[in-house]
Amino acid sequence: MSDSAAKSLSLRIRVSFPGFDLAVDQNIDLAGVTGLFGPSGSGKSTLLRAIAGFESAAEGTLRFGGDTWLETANSICVPPHQRPVGFVFQDARLFPHLDVAGNLHYSHSRSDRSDREISYEEVVSAFDLESLLQRNVNGLSGGERQRVAIGRTLLTQPGLLLLDEPLAALDVGRKSEILPYLEQLPKRFGIPTIYVSHAVNEMARLADDVVVLENGKICATGPASSILSHDNLQLSSMPFEAVTILHVTVVEHLHELHLTRVAHNGQHLTVPLIAGAANADSVRLSIRAGDVVLATTEPQGISVRNVLSGILTEVVPLEGSAFATVSVSIDGVPLKAQLTRHAIAELGLKPGIPVFALIKTASFDRSL
Amino acid sequence: MPDLGPLWLSLALAGVTTVFLLLIGTPLAWWLSGTDSRFKPAIEAVTALPLVLPPTVLGFYFLIALGPASPVGSFWLQVTGDALTFSFSGLVIASIFYSLPFMVQPLQNSFESIGRGPLEAAGSLRAGPLDAFFSVVVPLSRRGFITAAVLSFAHTIGEFGVVLMVGGNIPGKTRVISIAIYEHVETLNYGEAHVLSAGLLVAAFAVLLFVYSLRRGGRLNV
Repeated sequence: MSDSAAKSLSLRIRVSFPGFDLAVDQNIDLAGVTGLFGPSGSGKSTLLRAIAGFESAAEGTLRFGGDTWLETANSICVPPHQRPVGFVFQDARLFPHLDVAGNLHYSHSRSDRSDREISYEEVVSAFDLESLLQRNVNGLSGGERQRVAIGRTLLTQPGLLLLDEPLAALDVGRKSEILPYLEQLPKRFGIPTIYVSHAVNEMARLADDVVVLENGKICATGPASSILSHDNLQLSSMPFEAVTILHVTVVEHLHELHLTRVAHNGQHLTVPLIAGAANADSVRLSIRAGDVVLATTEPQGISVRNVLSGILTEVVPLEGSAFATVSVSIDGVPLKAQLTRHAIAELGLKPGIPVFALIKTASFDRSL
Repeated sequence: MPDLGPLWLSLALAGVTTVFLLLIGTPLAWWLSGTDSRFKPAIEAVTALPLVLPPTVLGFYFLIALGPASPVGSFWLQVTGDALTFSFSGLVIASIFYSLPFMVQPLQNSFESIGRGPLEAAGSLRAGPLDAFFSVVVPLSRRGFITAAVLSFAHTIGEFGVVLMVGGNIPGKTRVISIAIYEHVETLNYGEAHVLSAGLLVAAFAVLLFVYSLRRGGRLNV
């Protein structure tokens, strides 16, 4: 499957309900996974549903690539089943009168034969559905339901994949179970994807770019690494802890220790074993600012394995709290740390001084 | 052995009426289940009228509306050469209205309980509205369809007042089972009245038992 070429989504949409107004005017280049991020009630799902054609109240213009899906001025509104969109619902919405195989065949048999790039067999294998095929969907776990739902959606051969909080209804263990399947999507199927969630850690794991929605308006767009690390972004209705995304290279797996050593610009980190990644593979790590400890001298005799040296570049106090967000440049890549203002004062931390960033291996745990 | 002609006539009337009601009631119930139209309450009220009106009132108006002097009646007379009143066709038309709520209300409840979710899912999987209705809504409403059809059928079998007003008592044409029982009683022919009445009683109980068992959800895994 080819890598997804960037497709442009042109949104000039307004959706009005009593007490709620979504107004979006934005061109978004969709490549890989675009996260649609914001607090509950910000209009994320409404926007996604409008793109799919489910919101009859949507007005304005909506174009994807060269196709017009909505143009209220000329009375154009392509119905949902004629938009090449795959939609995965939070509650999966499998058909209870069909078994798992029946649900997959439902979309497969309705897809256009001439452009079937994704085969039934490939979906069954990618989502490990072989053992579930004859099962009644009412007997499936939440994670299994979502795997079937995503597979079913891919069989429509969508040109754009929309995921509406697919993990929100799952408990913590199930989220971790389904994440690897979501992570493989871009590489394996190459379909531009919009992923809606209010969870920072899901954004950090999955999104390449992030669009931030608040009160029905887009308030920021950019690469996930800069949006999630709070560059130029403060959400008044949903303060969230800054997250640093590091793109690292796998050096070696230490199987007997259940660890993987990775390299970041020549500095090494040790993280819990990353199953499924080969040596020299590029892997994404996310680090919450609260999991980073700073020291002014290289520490000795402590259990923390990961010590990165860098230069402190910025201290941003968080209004009305005990904390400040500190940026440390690790060979040019900004790493965020959340420290108390008290500690910053006592250590005399200020831009320009060399520091050591300490990160516990446990904080790289890739489950959610 | 009593004359079973009225029984067969009742079954035929109920069968034909139920088929027509499925064709008319399904789109009506589907529209009612999804519409925000301001006419919805009015349409629902009209649909429910036969539940509260005395059958004689309905029958009276049908007698007038279907009579040879009415536009409908005279049109029918021109096209078919038969009058609508005191005919099997007239009974079918009257029965369709008389049993309409028994078809529409269970279907509407069933469609409303399914909600728009499965329909949106079907749409996102490339099923057009009609395709989605038959491939998703109908199978998910199986219970509603069975309940609606059984109740419509049973209610039509049991009708008396409307039939008497519109159809009268013509053997082989409009003399259905309830009319036959009435006549047997009038002529003090209690033996035959007993046979038909008891048969109807048992049949009605069996039908209702079936419907309520369905509602408990024990029978069908839908």
